[in-house]
Amino acid sequence: MRKFDTKVQYLKYKVLREVARHAWNDTLLEHVMDIPKDIVPGKIPTMRCCVYKERAILAERVKLAMGGTADQPHVIQVIDIACDDCPASGYDVTDSCRGCLAHRCEDACRRGAISFDHNHVAHIDKSKCVECGQCAKVCPYSAIVNRKRPCQNACKIKAISINEDDAAKIDYDKCISCGACVYQCPFGAIQDKSYILNVIDLLKKSENNTKYKVYALVAPAIGSQLTYAKLGQVVSGIKELGFIGVVEAALGADLVAWAEGRELAEKGLLTSSCCPAFVSYIKNEFPKLAPHISHNLSPMATIAKYIKEHEENVKIVFIGPCTAKKAEVQLETVQPYVDAAITFEELQALFDSREMDITTLPEDVLDNASYFGRIFARSGGLADAVTQSLKEQNITDFQLKPISCDGIEECRMALLKMNRGVLDANFVEGMACVNGCIGGAGNLTHGEKNKAEGDKYGREAMEKTIAAAISMLPK
Amino acid sequence: MTITVCIGSSCHIKGSRFVLEELQAQIGKHQLEEKIHMTGAFCLGQCQKGVCVQVDGELFSVAPDTAADFFEHSVLPRLM
Repeated sequence: MRKFDTKVQYLKYKVLREVARHAWNDTLLEHVMDIPKDIVPGKIPTMRCCVYKERAILAERVKLAMGGTADQPHVIQVIDIACDDCPASGYDVTDSCRGCLAHRCEDACRRGAISFDHNHVAHIDKSKCVECGQCAKVCPYSAIVNRKRPCQNACKIKAISINEDDAAKIDYDKCISCGACVYQCPFGAIQDKSYILNVIDLLKKSENNTKYKVYALVAPAIGSQLTYAKLGQVVSGIKELGFIGVVEAALGADLVAWAEGRELAEKGLLTSSCCPAFVSYIKNEFPKLAPHISHNLSPMATIAKYIKEHEENVKIVFIGPCTAKKAEVQLETVQPYVDAAITFEELQALFDSREMDITTLPEDVLDNASYFGRIFARSGGLADAVTQSLKEQNITDFQLKPISCDGIEECRMALLKMNRGVLDANFVEGMACVNGCIGGAGNLTHGEKNKAEGDKYGREAMEKTIAAAISMLPK
Repeated sequence: MTITVCIGSSCHIKGSRFVLEELQAQIGKHQLEEKIHMTGAFCLGQCQKGVCVQVDGELFSVAPDTAADFFEHSVLPRLM
């Protein structure tokens, strides 16, 4: 197994890999129905009640790997039959209950929902329980827990509810496509649509970059990913797939930091616009604050725009850690510049669909951006870069007071204060994922180690200042 | 005339900044701002030959210390 955090990611990856393999060979149409059986052969189930259910779910994963269906435009989708209808909400007595004599839980419950078996072990009658939580509070053994569904727990903006069939349901008026539920669902019942087929099609039709050039635009979080190989080998691998070149989205971040510093000094109060999930969140929940969103395109879109304005016949594919980028590239303002967005998970599937072992490849180079552009990938990086931007541009008459919001819950707190005019800051850096992009749902791995890897990658940048990095770009 | 300097990673590391700056200086020195348009590209497809410079579609391999020479021998004659 490759380096994935979970078996769910691995399963999704296998589907993507098989879909991609057939797409390269032009055999997808005739073999699309075989993929579930190729992944789950035989008669003995390994994941669900029977192989037939496993294959039925895999067929749904295949659909999403192929871009989903047109009637479902949203990037994040629930696979109803894969949802295990987890014991949602509810207070449960665990085996930590020692069958004590005091029965504080019984006394605390005003609904008479608690009874005891012959061992004095407590049981909760769900038909009477109103989930007030009093019993859990008084139990001296902490034996009563509140079970929430992992998807609902992951979705801090409360976009997930339970439908009439007990499966998870997404409220798309609220969903910001951050993918937290995708990563957290232990049954893989929520999945992001994939656009790998569009990418393979773009690459094939470019006829080796002769009809047009296809660039890969990689997010700075790449510094923390695919670390079983060297970064230079990842770059070689991407080119081996058929891309003419690999460009750092972090160079777009340098451009954004430069412009954002000036915009901030001019307007006096700003929220960042780099994280598409954060931007959606403001627009959905705090429309009044929308005018304060920085007018800069995201780093991805900024550098893609630059490339398309300076080179003819170019297609651009973004590769990153982010499911929300898949929604961002569909926006009217971004769609002309970025042709498709995929995740690092999907990149791994593309490598393996071509039977590539990138650890055997020679090391190519990746060096466009400055240290500051690269550290956009982690929470706090953007605020550091804007601080640097003001310094490099000698903007001294503006006193920067940034607040870095790590994860959508912190974003919410800051926006609530901003909405009431009591926020003690004039620049809100918002990242929907905890830890920033290196915690994104489309990463292969997440964790503390990734932070260190990301910073190391930042320090390796050849250009040490934002001005130096962007001065490389002829007007 | 359009001169495209590759500013992709590989050429960047080989010094495309200096090539770019030298060519811009030469253009200024000869007062050719009106006649020559400088631009950048992120790959010209010949990474091993970097720094890649394209003049009206033709590809050249230029190093920081040959940039002035290149301008004199490969760019100026084309404007004659």
